[in-house]
Amino acid sequence: MALKNVKRSIDRIFDKNLQDLVRGIRNHKENEVNYISQCIDEIKVELKQENVAVKANAVNKLIYLQMLGYDISWAAFNIIEVMSSPKFTFKRIGYLAASQCFHSDTDVLMLTTNMIRKDLGSQNNFDAGIAINGLSCFMTTDLARDLANDILALMSSIRPYTRKRAVLISYKIFLCYPEALRPAFPRLKEKLEDPDSGVQSAAVNVICELARKNPKNYLSLAPIFFKLMTSSTNNWVLIKIIKLFGALTPLEPRLGKKLIEPLTNLIHNTSAMSLLYECINTVIQGMQSHGSSIQLCVQKLRILIEDSDQNLKYLGLLAMSRILKTHPKAVQSHKDLILQCLDDKDESIRLRALDLLFGMVSKKNLMEIIKKLMIHVEKTEGTQYRDELLSKIIEICSQNNYQYITNFEWYITVLVELTRMDGASRHGSLISSQLLDVAIRVKTIREFAANQMAAMLENAHAISGQLRRNGMQEVLFAAAYICGEFAELIEKPDSLIHAMLRPRVMTLPANIQCVYLQNIMKVFAIALIQAEEEEDNERALNLTRVLLEKLSLFLQSSYIEVQERASSTLSILKYIEKLQVKESLVAEEFSILFKGELNPVAPKAQRKVPVPEGLDLDAWINDPPSSSEDEQPEEEFPKKIYDELYSPTREKRKEMSPEEIKKRKEERLQEQASNPHYLMNKKQEKKTEAADGYQKLDAEVDPGLAGELNISVPLHVPGLPSSERYLRMEQDRQRRAQAEKTVKKRHKKRGKKKFVHVSEDEEEDIAPTHAVDIVQEEMPEGAAKTDSENETTKDDPYRALDMDLDSPLTPSETLPRPRHHEVRSKPDEEKVVKEKKQKKKHKKKEVKKHKKKSRKAPTESLLVEEPANEQVSEVTQNTPDTIEKKENKAEAKDDLSFWLSNSDAVSAPEAAKKVEGPEKVVQVNGIEEDEDDHEVAPAKEKKKHKKKKDKKETKKHKKKHHNVNDTVEMEASSNLQLSSYKLLGENKEIKLEFETRSSSREEKKIVVSCLFENLTENHIKNIEFNILDTLNTRLVRTGGENSHDAVPIPFSLPALSRNECQLQLTASSVTMPQRMRGTVTYMVQDQEHTKQEKLDFKLHLPCSAYLVTTPFSSVFLFSFSNHFTKLLTSGDVPDKASVKVDSKGIPLDHVLQKLCFFLKLSVVEQVGDSASLYSSSIQHHHICLLVKAAANGFISVDGKSNNASLLSNIMDQAKEIVQG
Amino acid sequence: MIKAILVFNNHGKARLCKFYQHYTEEQQQHIVRETFHLVSRRDDDVCSFLEGGTLIGGSDYKLIYRHYATLYFVFCVDSSESELGILDLIQVFVETLDRSFENVCELDLIFHVDKVHNILSEIVMGGMVLETNMNEIVTRFMEQDKLEKSEAGLSAAPAKAAAAIKNIDLPSLPKDLKLPDLSKLPSFR
Repeated sequence: MALKNVKRSIDRIFDKNLQDLVRGIRNHKENEVNYISQCIDEIKVELKQENVAVKANAVNKLIYLQMLGYDISWAAFNIIEVMSSPKFTFKRIGYLAASQCFHSDTDVLMLTTNMIRKDLGSQNNFDAGIAINGLSCFMTTDLARDLANDILALMSSIRPYTRKRAVLISYKIFLCYPEALRPAFPRLKEKLEDPDSGVQSAAVNVICELARKNPKNYLSLAPIFFKLMTSSTNNWVLIKIIKLFGALTPLEPRLGKKLIEPLTNLIHNTSAMSLLYECINTVIQGMQSHGSSIQLCVQKLRILIEDSDQNLKYLGLLAMSRILKTHPKAVQSHKDLILQCLDDKDESIRLRALDLLFGMVSKKNLMEIIKKLMIHVEKTEGTQYRDELLSKIIEICSQNNYQYITNFEWYITVLVELTRMDGASRHGSLISSQLLDVAIRVKTIREFAANQMAAMLENAHAISGQLRRNGMQEVLFAAAYICGEFAELIEKPDSLIHAMLRPRVMTLPANIQCVYLQNIMKVFAIALIQAEEEEDNERALNLTRVLLEKLSLFLQSSYIEVQERASSTLSILKYIEKLQVKESLVAEEFSILFKGELNPVAPKAQRKVPVPEGLDLDAWINDPPSSSEDEQPEEEFPKKIYDELYSPTREKRKEMSPEEIKKRKEERLQEQASNPHYLMNKKQEKKTEAADGYQKLDAEVDPGLAGELNISVPLHVPGLPSSERYLRMEQDRQRRAQAEKTVKKRHKKRGKKKFVHVSEDEEEDIAPTHAVDIVQEEMPEGAAKTDSENETTKDDPYRALDMDLDSPLTPSETLPRPRHHEVRSKPDEEKVVKEKKQKKKHKKKEVKKHKKKSRKAPTESLLVEEPANEQVSEVTQNTPDTIEKKENKAEAKDDLSFWLSNSDAVSAPEAAKKVEGPEKVVQVNGIEEDEDDHEVAPAKEKKKHKKKKDKKETKKHKKKHHNVNDTVEMEASSNLQLSSYKLLGENKEIKLEFETRSSSREEKKIVVSCLFENLTENHIKNIEFNILDTLNTRLVRTGGENSHDAVPIPFSLPALSRNECQLQLTASSVTMPQRMRGTVTYMVQDQEHTKQEKLDFKLHLPCSAYLVTTPFSSVFLFSFSNHFTKLLTSGDVPDKASVKVDSKGIPLDHVLQKLCFFLKLSVVEQVGDSASLYSSSIQHHHICLLVKAAANGFISVDGKSNNASLLSNIMDQAKEIVQG
Repeated sequence: MIKAILVFNNHGKARLCKFYQHYTEEQQQHIVRETFHLVSRRDDDVCSFLEGGTLIGGSDYKLIYRHYATLYFVFCVDSSESELGILDLIQVFVETLDRSFENVCELDLIFHVDKVHNILSEIVMGGMVLETNMNEIVTRFMEQDKLEKSEAGLSAAPAKAAAAIKNIDLPSLPKDLKLPDLSKLPSFR
C-alpha cells in the first residue's frame, strides 16, 4: 500500500507544475489558446485524482489561468476540496484560488461554513490567517451571519497576527450582516487601544470605513481618537484618524475647535508629506470658520503646487478645489498659478486645474478664462481631454443658471465656435441643448440667436461634412428648431427655406430631418405673412411651389417619421397652393397652426409630478400579452405593427381578448388566402414595414426589398457647390463674427442697461449688454417642494450600517432602525434568557444562542426582513379579543425595557428577576435589542390606548410608564384617568398630541413622542416636523441636515388614522421650562389634487419633562428610608421650597398618584398622612418632596433639591397638579 | 478601500491581478487592458494619480500607480485611502518582493505568481491595508514558507529534485528550452 502511494507520488512528479505551465505558455506563443486548452484538459484529469497534492497542483495552475482570463468557476468544488486539506500548503492554494474566483453568488460557498469555522479555530495561526484572508474576498450574508461569533472570538485572540485580521474582517461581516455591528461594537472599540499597533491600526481602519458612510454614529469616539492622534507615531494610523476627523468635524463644530491646534502644529512640523496633506484636507473639511488656518493651508498648498514633484502638484490642486467651495476668495488670488497648470504636460493635472477654474470664474473674468480655454481646445490633440475641455466650458458658462454670463450674444458665438472646432467630439447634443436653452430662456437674445442659427443652417451643407466628422450634427437640430420657433425674427426667411430644403438634408439623422420639416413650415408661415403684407403674390406662390417640389423628396425617406411628416406637410401645401391660385389670403390662417408661446420646463418637472391617488404605475393598462401572440407566424409580425400603428381601430383592438385576436387572425389569414389582390398588398405593406423595421433595428428586412429602398439614395446627390467657396465664406463669416464679438465686448463695457437677474455678487459693476430675462423653468402643480430627490439607492450596503452605537441602552430611539432578531421565546426558555441577562457581557455566547433560536423559529425572522411594516401591520390586525393579550405583552416589554433603561450595573439582576415573571414576551438578544424593541412597543400600545379609551387601560398605561411603587399601585385600582398626552396643536385636518420621555442614560436628550391624528377622510402624507431651535433646546436632525431643516416623519396617514413618531431633543440645561415654536407641514391628498398645509404649534416643555422616574428603592433596595433621610440631612440638597395648596377634597392617595404620574416622582415611603417622593433629572439633580395632608383639606408640599431653579419650577407644577 | 491591485508589464501582460470586488474574468481582462491603456501612455515624469478608468471605479475611485523598470504596479482605491500613503504602500510591496525573492525581476513574478499573492495577502486583506511594516511582512512570509517546507518533508524530495532540475538557472533560461526527455523517463514506472 505504502509502496503504491510512493509510486503514485513519483508518477506525479512529472505532472506539470505551475512553473512548467508558465514555461509552456511562453514557449507556445503562436498557439497559446490551443496549448492552454490542452493544459486545461490535463488539469481536469488531475482534478479527478484522489491525491490532494495533485489536485492542489492543478488548482494552483488554474489560478494562473484565471489571471489570463479563463473562467475557472467549473472547478469550484475541487477548490473546496483543496481548501479542506489538513495541510497548510494545500489549504493555502485552495484559499488563494477561492479568493480569486469565488464571489457572493458562488453556490458551493454554503458548503464551506463549517470548514472555515474549523480553520478559524485552528491551532496554527497561519491556518486562521489564510482562512480570514480568503473569507475577506468572498464574504456572503450567510457566511457573515454564521461566522460572526467566531470572528468576534478571534478578535480577542492572544496572537496579534490573528487578532489583527479578525478585526479587519469584521468590517466585511458588518457589510454583509449589519445586525452584527451593535453586538460587536464594544469589542471593536476596545481594540482601538490594543497594545499591538497592527491591531490598533486595523481597528482604526475598520472604524474609519464605517464612519465614512455614517459619521454621526461615531462622534462619541472622538475622545479616543483624539488621544490616539496625540499619542500615535504610526503615520498610517495618523492619516486614517485625521481622515476620520475630517468626516466628524462638520457634524460637531466644537470638535473642530479642539482639533485646530494639534492639526496646525502637525502642518507646521511634520516632514511626512502624506500626513501634511491629510491635515490640510481635514482643516479644509471641518474647520472652515478658522480663517487663519485656511490661509495657512492655502499657502502650504501653493508650495505643493509649485513643487516639481507632479504628485504633490496634483494633490495640491485637488485640495485647492475643496477650499474653493467654501473660500473662493482665498483660491482666486492664485489664479495665475492655476492657469499655468493648464499648460502642464500631465493630463491629470490639467483636468484638476480645469476643475478649479470652474469655481473661480466671476462675471469679470469669465470671458478671459473661456477664451484661454478655447485656445486650449484648439491646441490639444487627445479627444478625451478635448471633450473634457468642451464640456467644462459649457459647464462653467451655464453654472448657476448662467450666473456669470453678462452677454449672451457672446455665449451664442462661443457655442457656435465650439461646433466648428476640429476633431471629433461627443458633446454635440450638449451644445445643442445649450443653444436651445439659451434661446428659449433669454428672450432678448432670440433675434441674435435665430439669425446666427439661420446663418448656420444656410451654411450647413458646406459644413455638414465637418459637422458630421465632429459629431456635431446634433447642433443642426437646435439650429432648425430655433429658426422655426423664432422665425419672425429672421431677416431672410426665403433664403433660409431654400437652405433647409437642400437635398443634403436627407443625409442627416432622422430626428433632425423631422425637426427640419416641422420648422420649415413655421418659417414658411412667416414668409407667407411677409409676402402678403407686401402683396407679393408672386413670391408667395413661388415659395409654395418650391416647397412642394422639394418636399416631395422627403416622401421617399427611409425613415417613417420623416415620410409621414412630409406627406402631411405636402397635403397642407397643396391646399395652400390651391387657395393662392385663387388669390385668397392664407397666411394668417396658416400661421395660426404654429401659434403659441413656448415655456421652458424644468428638467426634473416630470419626476416631481406627484402620483395621483389610486394610480398604480406598475399595473397593466391592458391585460398582459398572452404568449399566444408570440406564436404568430413570423411574417405576420410586421403587418401587426403596421395595423397597430395605422389602423383607426387600434384603440379597440387593444381591448380585444387574446381569444378574439386569435379568431380574428384566423379570419384574416383565410381572407388573405382567398383574396387575389393580397400578394400585391402584402408587398407594399412590406416595403413600409421594412422602413419601420429599419428604424427599429429589426432584422426582418427582406434583402431584396432593402435593395429597392435604396432608390432614394441617388436622388439626393445633386450638383453640390464647391466646398472651397463655402469654406472661404465660412472663414469670412467667422471673421465677421469675431469682429462683432469684439464690438460687443466694447459695447458691453459701455453698457448702461440694468441687469435684471438679481445677484448679490459684488462684481455687479459689469452691466450686461441686454436686459437679460432668464425665464424660470416651469414646475408642475403640487410638486414636492423639497429638492432632495430621494435618489439614494435602497440597496446601498452602508445604509444598513447606520445605527446608533453610543446609546445602546436608551429606552427610546427616535427613528426606525434596522433591528436585530426579535424572538419570542417559549416559557421554558425563560431560564436561559435569565442566564443570558446576567451574562450580558458575554455577548458571544448570547448571540450564538440567539441564533439557535432564530433558526428554531424561522417565521420570526420575517420581522427582521421588514421591520418597518411590522408596526403598521400589527396595529391593523388588532382584533378586540387580541388586544388585551397584546397589551399584557406590551406591558411586560415596557416594564422590562424600563428596568433596563435604568439599569446600570445595579439593576441588571432586577431586570433578570422581572423576566422570571409570567410574561410571555422576552427579548432574547441581549440588552441592546431591548430598547430597539421599546421604540415600537409603547407606540403600539399607545395607539390601542387611544382606541379604547377605557379606564382600565389608562390605569395600565400609567403603571407602565411610571412604575409606581407597590403601595400606590394597589390604590391605583381606584379609578383615575390620567394621560400624559397633551395637545400640541390642532386644526380641522390634523391633530397633534405629545408626551415627553426621558432616560437617565441620556444627560442631554429627551424624547418627544408625538401622536399624529388624521381628522380628514383624505390621505395625509409628506409630514414634516420642525421646531425653531433655541439656544438651550434643539431638535435632533439626522445626518447633514442643517439646523433649519424639518425632520420628515417616516409615515403617512390614511384617512382617520393615527400614528406616533418619536423626536429627540437635546437640552443643555434642564432647570428651566422651555417654550418653543414649531411647525408641522403636510400634504393632504383628495381625489383631485394635493395641497400643502401647515400647522403651527407651541411646544411647552415643563421641567418635569427632564425628570426621570427613579424609584429610590431600586437604588437602595433594603434601607431606602434610611438613605433617603441621609440624603435629606446631608448637604447634598441645600435648596428648599414649600407650598400649601387647597386640594379641594381630593384624597391624598389621588394627589400622590397624580404627582407621581405627571412629575415622574416615585413614592419612597408613605406613613399615614404624609409621603416622601423622589425623582431625579436627566442631569442627575435630586428632587425630594414631602407631601402632607394638612388640616381643612389643604395639602402641603415641601421640596428639597440641589438646584433651586429646577425645584421652584417643579413646585409650581406640583401646585397646579394638586389644584387640578 | 482598495478595489483592485494590478501588476502588468510594459506590454500590458498581466503579472498579478487581485480584485477585491467581484468581476467576471472577462471584465477583469477588460479592466487590465483599459488600465494598461490609460497608464502606459503617460510619461514617467507625470503624476502617479489617474482618474477616469470607466470600467473600474467611478468618480470616487482613483488609479494610483508606480512604474518600476518593466512593470507597472497599479492600485485602484477610493477616497478613504491617502494618495501618498498608497504610493508608499506600493513601495513597501515592491521592496518586500525584492527581499523575498532576492533582487526581484519580472521573471520571478511570472513564475511565482502564487508566492506574490501570498506576500500581498500579508499586506492587504480584502481591500484594506493590513500591515505596512516590512520586517513583519517578510518574517511572516518566511515562517509560512518554512511551514510549507516542513510539511512537504521527505515525500516532496523527488518533486523538489525534479523542480530543481527544471528550474536550473531560471532567470537566464532561454525561451526555447524544452525538457522532453525528463518527463518521459520510463524507469520510474
